[in-house]
This record gives sequence, C-alpha cells and structure tokens, in this order.
Amino acid sequence: MGIFQRFARIPLKSTYIWSLCRQYSTDLTAVDRALIQHRNPGAAPPRLPFSRVTQEDLAFFRTLLPGRTITDPDLLKSSNVDWLKTVEGNSEVLLRPKTTEEVSQILRYCNERNLAVCPQGGNTGLVGGSVPVFDEIILSTSLMKQVITFDNISGILTCQAGCVLENLSNYLEERDFIMPLDLGAKGSCHIGGNVSTNAGGLRLLRYGSLRGTVLGLEVVLADGRILNCLATLRKDNTGYDLKQLFIGSEGTLGVITAVSILCPRKPKAVNVAFLGCSSFQQLLETFQCCRGMLGEILSAFEFLDASCMSLLEKHLKLTNPITESPFYIVIETAGSNATHDEEKLHKFLEEVMTSSLVTDGTVATEATKIKALWSLRERVTEALTHEGYTYKYDISLPVEKIYDLVQDMRGHLGDMAKNVVGYGHVGDGNLHLNITSPSKDPALLAAIEPYVYEWTSKWKGSISAEHGLGLKKRNYIYYSKPSEAVALMGSIKAMLDPKGILNPYKTLPDNIH
Amino acid sequence: MLPLRFRRVTMSARVLVGVKRVIDYAVKIRVKPDRTGVVTDGVKHSMNPFCEIAVEEAVKLKEKKLVKEVVAVSCGPQQVQETIRTALAMGADRGIHVEVSGKDYETLGPLQVSKIFAALAKKEQADLIILGKQAIDDDCNQTGQMTAALLDWPQGTFASEVTLEADKLKVVREIDGGLETIKIKLPAVVTADLRLNTPRYATLPNIMKAKKKKIVNVKPADLGVDVSSRLEVLKVDEPPQRQSGVKVETVHDLVEKLKEAGRI
Repeated sequence: MGIFQRFARIPLKSTYIWSLCRQYSTDLTAVDRALIQHRNPGAAPPRLPFSRVTQEDLAFFRTLLPGRTITDPDLLKSSNVDWLKTVEGNSEVLLRPKTTEEVSQILRYCNERNLAVCPQGGNTGLVGGSVPVFDEIILSTSLMKQVITFDNISGILTCQAGCVLENLSNYLEERDFIMPLDLGAKGSCHIGGNVSTNAGGLRLLRYGSLRGTVLGLEVVLADGRILNCLATLRKDNTGYDLKQLFIGSEGTLGVITAVSILCPRKPKAVNVAFLGCSSFQQLLETFQCCRGMLGEILSAFEFLDASCMSLLEKHLKLTNPITESPFYIVIETAGSNATHDEEKLHKFLEEVMTSSLVTDGTVATEATKIKALWSLRERVTEALTHEGYTYKYDISLPVEKIYDLVQDMRGHLGDMAKNVVGYGHVGDGNLHLNITSPSKDPALLAAIEPYVYEWTSKWKGSISAEHGLGLKKRNYIYYSKPSEAVALMGSIKAMLDPKGILNPYKTLPDNIH
Repeated sequence: MLPLRFRRVTMSARVLVGVKRVIDYAVKIRVKPDRTGVVTDGVKHSMNPFCEIAVEEAVKLKEKKLVKEVVAVSCGPQQVQETIRTALAMGADRGIHVEVSGKDYETLGPLQVSKIFAALAKKEQADLIILGKQAIDDDCNQTGQMTAALLDWPQGTFASEVTLEADKLKVVREIDGGLETIKIKLPAVVTADLRLNTPRYATLPNIMKAKKKKIVNVKPADLGVDVSSRLEVLKVDEPPQRQSGVKVETVHDLVEKLKEAGRI
C-alpha cells in the first residue's frame, strides 16, 4: 500500500504525524518539521538517517574492547537516562575505552559506518546532553581515569578525561593543591565532561572559568584523528587557540580524552559563613560590603531563598542553622593565614550585623561544619528532585535583576506551579530558577517557555549560564546569540564533523538560519 | 511547686563543662615519621564532638532556668582558648583555661585531667559536671568516671537523656543491652553520649557576645595538681592497610579465583 493512499484515508492529527516521524523521517515535509519544532522546541527532533548497529559492528567493537562492549539492556538502562530522569534514549551499545588510541579507532570506524556517537562522562548534565536521543552508541569515559602527571611546582595536572572530579580533588589535596572548580556533582562528574560543558561551579568567583584554567587538551576528532594539544604551559601564543573551540562544545566537535589544567594551592584556612538577609537588596549590599572587606580572600558567594530552605528541611531533613529568613547567603573565604582571615571575616560580620544588612548568621572553621553548611547550598538540586518534576533554568542576568525574575515567574505562574525557587551563584550573576510540579505538565511548560527566555533576552542575559544547551535548550540559542554567530558555529561543526556523528541533536539548533 | 531547699540547689546551680581541643573529625590522620605520635602541626583542630554535646546540654539546662551558670573548662596550650570561645558562643557564661603546654601537654591524660576537674569543682563550688563520654583522639572514656570517683560523686555516664527532678538527676544511659535509667543525687558527673542532643550552631549575635565573656587562666600547680604522667607511649603505628578487592568478569573467573585463594 502506497504512502499516499494511507494519507488519503486517515486524518492528519498531530499524534499521527509523530508516529510517522519515527518510521518515515525522511518523508516529512519542511512544513511538518516546522510544525513539530514550533510545538515543543525542547523535544527531540526526528531521527537523522544514521546507520543502525549491526552484528558486524558489534563484532568489531568486541574485538577492539573485549569485555568493555556492553549490550545488556539492564546495564545500559542507567546510561540511557539522564540524572534528572527527564530524558531517555534507546542506545543498545555502550563502549568503555581505556586509551585515546581506542577512542580514535572507535570514532574512525563510526565515522566510516555513519554511526552516531554520544560521548558520556559522569552523566550528571542537566540539559539532556549526556544521553542518547535515539540509538546513538554511548562512548563512556568511565575507564579513562588515570592521572598522567602532576607537577607540584607549577601546579599543572594532566589526566585522562574520565577522572572523577572528587577523586582529582582528593589526589591534589594530598599534595597541597586543589582543583580550580567545584560543583555539587563532584562525586560523579568527569573532568572531560566538565571541560566539554565549560562547567562553572562554586569556585568560579575566585579561580575563574575553565577557559582560563585549562592549559591543554587532547581531543579525538570525528574521523578518528587525534589532536594532541596537551600543552602544560601557562603561556603559549603560537597560532589559534584550538582548545577553546572544544571547551564548552558539549561533545559535538570532538571527544576530549585528556586534560591539562592549572591547579591553585590548597588554602591553609577556609571559613564558611551562613547568613540570613531580609531582602534581596540587602543581600546585594552585603555582597558589596563583602567584596570590599574580604575581596582577596573571598572564594564563593552563593545564595538560596526561603523556598529552597523549606525544601531542604522537608525532603532531606536538613536543619536551618539560623533563624528563618527570606534569603540565605553562603560565603566562603580561602586564604593562607587563618588568624588574618578570621580577623577579616569577623570584622566583616560585625559590620553587616551592626548595620542590619544581615539579620542572623553562623560561621564555621572546621571541616565537618563547613561541609554541613555547604550541603545547604549544594543539595538544593537533590531536594528539588523529590518534588516530582522540575523545570530547570540556568540564567545569567545583571545581578540586581536576578531575583526579579523569580518573583515575576511566581506571579506569572500562580497556582500552576507547585514551587518556584531561586538559588545560585549570585556573585557571578547566575541564577538557578527552578519550577516544580508533581509531574510533567505541558500546560505549565507552555506558561514558562518562552516567557522565561524572552524575559532573559530583554535584559540581555544568557538563557544558559553554565549548564549548556544539550538537547533541551538547543533551539533557544537565538535568545542569546545573533544568527551570524550561530551560522558560523554551524560552519565549524560541518568542518570538524561533516557527517554530524558526534552527539547529534545537541547544542546547535535543528534549523540554522 | 518545689520545696524551698530544692529550689535553692537548682536555681543557683553551677555547671562545669569540659571541652577538649582535638584534631577535627574530618581530617585524615597521619602518623609522625618517628612513630611517637600523630601529626598535629598545621592540622585543623576543633572541639571534641562529645564535648559539643555536653556544652549544648548545659546551655539547654540554663535556658530552662534549671541551672544558673555554665562554666567551660579546657586544659592545654594557648590554642585551647579558641575551643573555650566556641563554648562561650554556644551559650556558656565564662571560661577557665588550665594552662598545660609542651611535654606536659603531650602526656596529659584522663587521670591528670580528672584531678584538675575535681579541684576546680571544689574551687568553683560546682553542682554538676558534664563531660563528653570520650575524646575522639584517645578514645579513653575515663575522665568522667575518674572525676566522679575523686570527688566521691555519683555518675551518669553514656547519657542519652538527662532530666533534673528536684535535687536528683534522672539519667537514661545507653548500655550494650539497651537503655538503663538511673536516678542520681546532685552533685554529680554526667558524660554525654551521641544521642543526648544535637549541638546548636553558634550564631553571629552570640559569637559577638562571646568576645566579651571572660576566660580566666589557671595553672595546674595553683590547683595542687601534678600533671606528670605515669604512662609512656612506646610507639604509634597506622592500622594495617586494607587490601583492595579484585573485580572479575564472569562467574567462571570468580570460581577460579576462589580456588586459587584456597577458599573452595
């Protein structure tokens, strides 16, 4: 029976278009595609015509990676779903290379066979960028976890991309250094993933972004070529800085296999203060005061609101160490002299307390207490997962406007949302806006998007400050980047990955115009 | 309504709380190369967690107006003043720093400390001494018991609940078989166990207030206590390294490995 006869008999309902997509993706007209994208820009696009994995392919992989070619559906399950449990793919093959050479052979083969590949680190990404959309082969860095070298004079660490951030932190701490980045996902995330997403985190305020601290990369390109730019030099102005292309490219331009990174010395004295403020304006003034009095030792300035605190208390049974306040600040200082730092910190605290910028607070100097205070900020993401379904937005805005967005969203959504919370790296102008609902709610989503992106765009903010675009936000790129820029990105992608096998359906929009 | 004589005891009651400065619970301990002890230089120290619980209990009693004054006591060098300040920030009224430093501090143990506490209890006319059940560095679990014996006072150790009833203390103790409830007469010694309470965070207003509270310096000799030790540490070693496990790919491999190891 011809396709046209089927079309003639059955009315063109939208669900039918969707089911057609899955079978006849190449038969969709441009109108159909536009229709689908318009309805839900975050949803998966139709499957592109990559090859499907055959027994021969499996035989090749099994010979190349004996015992490390996973096809068991139970083992594949967790790698097919993202950490938030909001996106699920149907990959049937998970590969675990141990060396750069193996990654090169895998990609050369996949490129020839036109097989799509989804590189995966710790799978802690929040925009659906780390899991397959359809049946892409998952290329996991979990066995590439060797530290290659560490120079304790320059503080330069070279390691494979699959090293877990927390393990690197522990390794360095024994040698009196620390990683220049720290984030809540540190127990699971891989440094390769951190670099591919240009992760920000809690220490960015003090040590800067990965674009400054990463000194070199070893990347395997789509056709299997190994690009070794693993320089361990602080300064090297010889030609175009290629590594910057790969940092933040979310696995779409190449697979990072090794990283060399500049690590700061471990601070001798770390103090954490947890403060309560009665208004966002006072929070901002506290920040200014903090910058003035603690500037050179300040290493983190984070905030969370009262809604976050109630979620922490409700779902994780954590206790609020101070009296209830509308806003909470976490301030961390890191310096080389405990007495000096404590004096500075105490002067600052006296100042903000007497001027009533801060209504209550507590300070910690011991490791256990510091961990406890940090967990109040780091575990908000975890607490949110207990609410049901979370719509996450990671927005960069001018600092004064940050909380306006939260309040505006609360008003705009009214009863449709269960909870609207705001927290994040206020010191960097980065808000994590989260809206919860007992379950996935398309009506709620329609109320949130594109309102939140338009709001952000109006204030010239970024629709994704540090989480990246992944699958979920790829089509919103135009809210923060002009079309000439996106077009150039497309050209670069086409040049480095002509067949588009690296992490397809991610980062760049479906239609580049 | 309590009879007058009981009210007098409780309302004017003074509590001594011992706070020990120990290596922070979260720090990785390293043995000194000469194996005479552990590395303490430059290592983060904090109040012994059980002492924090003791301070919290004392402050709670004061908040309930069951005792009048909480005095925090610590024995050691200059740095222990930080630990006393933390107790003051949690709500203690004043502090006593018993100066012990150098070799004497290295060999300071439960016997000498309990003699110091006994002397202080008499000097300050304390009605109740609350200590942590043990310190996390030496795990001795002796100071409370020895102090009670020296003073000939009753003791409620491993307390998970303390209630003041007239001039008696009802103490629920955590023992191997379960919970034992005893009633002891004041004055008494209580040692705090983990579940007695959750210590509060010292909040800023209290930290500021604590700066103005007094810490008095005292020497053991002033109390008539000889701090020389009858114990000599011969050596300190790390526990044996745990062997890492081995992962095998198949059940067949597992059986082979077990056979190799002579387990089956």
